[in-house]
Amino acid sequence: MVEPHHDHDHDHEGHDHPHAEIAEAGRPGYYDIMETAVRELLIERKMIRADEIRRQIEVIDSRTPALGAKVVARAWVDPRFKARLLANGRTACEELGISFYDDTELIVLENTPEVHNLIVCTLCSCYPRPVLGLPPDWYKLKPYRARAVSEPRAVLAEFGTEISQDVEIRVSDSTAMVRYLVLPMRPDGTDSYSEQQLADLVTRDAMIGVIPVQLQGE
Amino acid sequence: MPDKAMGDPGFGVVLATGEAPVFQPGDRVRILVRAPIGHYRVPTYLRGKQGSIEAVIEPPAVDNEEEGFGRNAGSKRHYYRVAIPMTEVWADYVGSPRDGLRIEIFETWLERM
Repeated sequence: MVEPHHDHDHDHEGHDHPHAEIAEAGRPGYYDIMETAVRELLIERKMIRADEIRRQIEVIDSRTPALGAKVVARAWVDPRFKARLLANGRTACEELGISFYDDTELIVLENTPEVHNLIVCTLCSCYPRPVLGLPPDWYKLKPYRARAVSEPRAVLAEFGTEISQDVEIRVSDSTAMVRYLVLPMRPDGTDSYSEQQLADLVTRDAMIGVIPVQLQGE
Repeated sequence: MPDKAMGDPGFGVVLATGEAPVFQPGDRVRILVRAPIGHYRVPTYLRGKQGSIEAVIEPPAVDNEEEGFGRNAGSKRHYYRVAIPMTEVWADYVGSPRDGLRIEIFETWLERM
């Protein structure tokens, strides 16, 4: 997709936020043309239907970090669910109605006072999309992918996360059929929180393992 | 994990090749050094490194590298979650000596030590 030119220079009907007309600018790139050609060929040869592509975009759009947060909060309040989640991440998420449309397995990695987990995909951008949706851009870029496995403590420090030398760091490199989700530690001072209030604390970055879960305003 | 390797003595079930995992948790393994052309799933930085099996990943799965070329049949084997110390991967690693890497590796990329 070509990014629209966006220089905020005129008023737009319906809202008062001025910007340029949203339009395709410039010629499509090599990969834009290849994607269009492959898609049109697949549809023409009746391998897939246009509606299947649209439907799959809807599937992906329905997956957001809120689903992962719901899984984490449930694990914090229900020890039996947590045990099932750590034994088999996929089937435990399926209990909550989260389907694994991409046929991946899920291993849930529990952070403890002794072990801090971090996830990465050095080869490309494998990510627990069924439970978190699309990965952030930095997750897909080479600096994170290379450095997370070679100097994880320095990478974590750049996210503001200092991990003590007595804590073991485990980096899981996701490359084939398994995806990972970090189960962060429940913050202190949340004993009175409801499951939904707990879920509201859990962010995408905490489930990748680059930050702990923090109380709001901390 | 079901105790498939043992079969059931009452029925004498014989398992097909590749059905039972070759490695068990705790086994010491080396990741093979190969340089295939095309689609591969074992990152270069881990080839030749030594580690241990942390877990057998169930169920057996198609070899992603074969699947990349449309060959899906008959190539099911186990993936293993392999634990490798960071100091084994990087001679100049900065951090705790207990820091480690975990990766899933297909059976055909591992040799017993």
